[in-house]
Amino acid sequence: MSIQENHSDQIGRMVEIQPSKDIGQAERFRRRRDRFLTVVSPLILLLIWEIVIQLGLLDSRLFPAPSMIVGTFYDLVASGELWRHLSISLIRIAVGFFFGAIAGVTVGTLMGVMPVVGAVLSPIVASVYPIPKIAIFPLIMVLFGLGEMSKFVVVAIAVFFYMVINTVAGVSNVERIYRDVGRSFRVSRLRSVFQITLPAAMPMIIAGLRVSAGVSLLVLVSAEFVGAESGIGFLVWNSWQVFDVRSMFVGIIVIGFLGWASFTLLDAIERVCLPWAPKNRR
Amino acid sequence: MKSSATGIERIFPHTDATGQKQPEHARISMELRGLGKKFLVGAGEFQALKSIDLDVAVGEFVCVLGASGCGKTTLLRILGGLEKHTEGSLRFYQEKSGQPPTSIVFQEVSIFPWLSVWDNVAFGLRARHASKALIKERVSFYIEKVGLTPFRDHYPHQLSGGMKQRVSIARAFANDPEVLLLDEPFSALDERNKATLQDELLRIWEETGKTIVFVTHSIDEAIYLADRILVFAGPPGHITQIHRPDFVRPRNLTALRATPEYKRLVGAILEGLGISGEPSDAIE
Repeated sequence: MSIQENHSDQIGRMVEIQPSKDIGQAERFRRRRDRFLTVVSPLILLLIWEIVIQLGLLDSRLFPAPSMIVGTFYDLVASGELWRHLSISLIRIAVGFFFGAIAGVTVGTLMGVMPVVGAVLSPIVASVYPIPKIAIFPLIMVLFGLGEMSKFVVVAIAVFFYMVINTVAGVSNVERIYRDVGRSFRVSRLRSVFQITLPAAMPMIIAGLRVSAGVSLLVLVSAEFVGAESGIGFLVWNSWQVFDVRSMFVGIIVIGFLGWASFTLLDAIERVCLPWAPKNRR
Repeated sequence: MKSSATGIERIFPHTDATGQKQPEHARISMELRGLGKKFLVGAGEFQALKSIDLDVAVGEFVCVLGASGCGKTTLLRILGGLEKHTEGSLRFYQEKSGQPPTSIVFQEVSIFPWLSVWDNVAFGLRARHASKALIKERVSFYIEKVGLTPFRDHYPHQLSGGMKQRVSIARAFANDPEVLLLDEPFSALDERNKATLQDELLRIWEETGKTIVFVTHSIDEAIYLADRILVFAGPPGHITQIHRPDFVRPRNLTALRATPEYKRLVGAILEGLGISGEPSDAIE
């Protein structure tokens, strides 16, 4: 029958789209679950580690379980040893980070705002940036001595390059319309940089600070391995040398904690300073 | 049309009782003589604007009407100080030293996302180091005028599209320039918002007596708003026609559309824009 054929071959049919009973419960559940997992995931990792050691799958002399480290951790805290190393490392990072970030944002802004400066410096930055900073640490020690200054400098140099790159990216991606607004209000060049360019580039600059915080830890710990008598990196390396594996793990865990803390701190700074940034909007 | 009594008191300082312009008595806000713009494109030169002569009276509402790419935005960017003309002369009246010649309301969203409504509106005044008292007075005045007083501490992302454009208008007016430049400011808005903002703009214009140059590609918008319509064609951009729609304000487009004067005007403008064909068909 032709009608039958028409029905099956040519005439379409109504396809129903099923409604959902979910008016937002799923999204709410996902958000709660993720917040819970953020707290729990490090604990689960520690638990797995504990089980692996307790089952004897790894040599506990080389990989002590978390429960074995707790005592060592307590001893190091009680003796003031941990705080001595931690505080000196924090000072080195703070000083190096501060000056490296200021210099990096300044140079990055100049490169982004003044094409001449960008043309001169960008090939230099591009070629020096990938050199591991720890590779030039011997030279830094020759120039700045074995004391604190060489640690400040190596951290500052590492932070500097990350901040230059992120600042240039942020500054040169400022939307043209904002510069047009500045010029239409006859804003001076200098004022335009501080009132328009830098605020607009701030999300990228803060993203740079976030990366730099991790990088400064990385570089400092390596520098303390080879050229220091104190600091959290020295604690790790020295403990390994004397085969005090538990103290070494305490050092490693503290470094991990510092990385987490710097992220959390920058998140908070970002929420306060950039309420308008897309990711912070409610 | 001119004689249709509306009973509405004329409040424009620059118009007489019939709503007619009197440019011959008015002070000049802005003067263009043989203004042109040329720039390099590859190996050759591109003439974007050519020999534009124009006097705009204080308090006048001028619409520049033209198709996309005819150079009307280039003209506005030159008037707004974003680009320099390469031929002819451009002069602005300056009431007192420090008064800026122009401020622009841009087509796209141009308010700063990192500043609150208040700080956005204060931007121009702060940039030219106006006194705190003056800033406070002007900013609150214009935020009130665009109906955003309850939102003065809000950030742009908390505002709707129409509200953002209101902030932009307030920011330009608060800067107190000699001439306000608006570059298709309502083209991204829905019809209702557009109509509301057109009326708000007219109201603020009437109350402040500011000179306005308004760029648009909508014939209806130009007829609804303007004292004078400059029909623009190009490139090179030049004025092909000048019309003075002398319909009594406040204008009612729906009623106007039925009148022969309106149809004649639209027909003439379409011709000036280089659009052929039966004009009444083209606008339907």
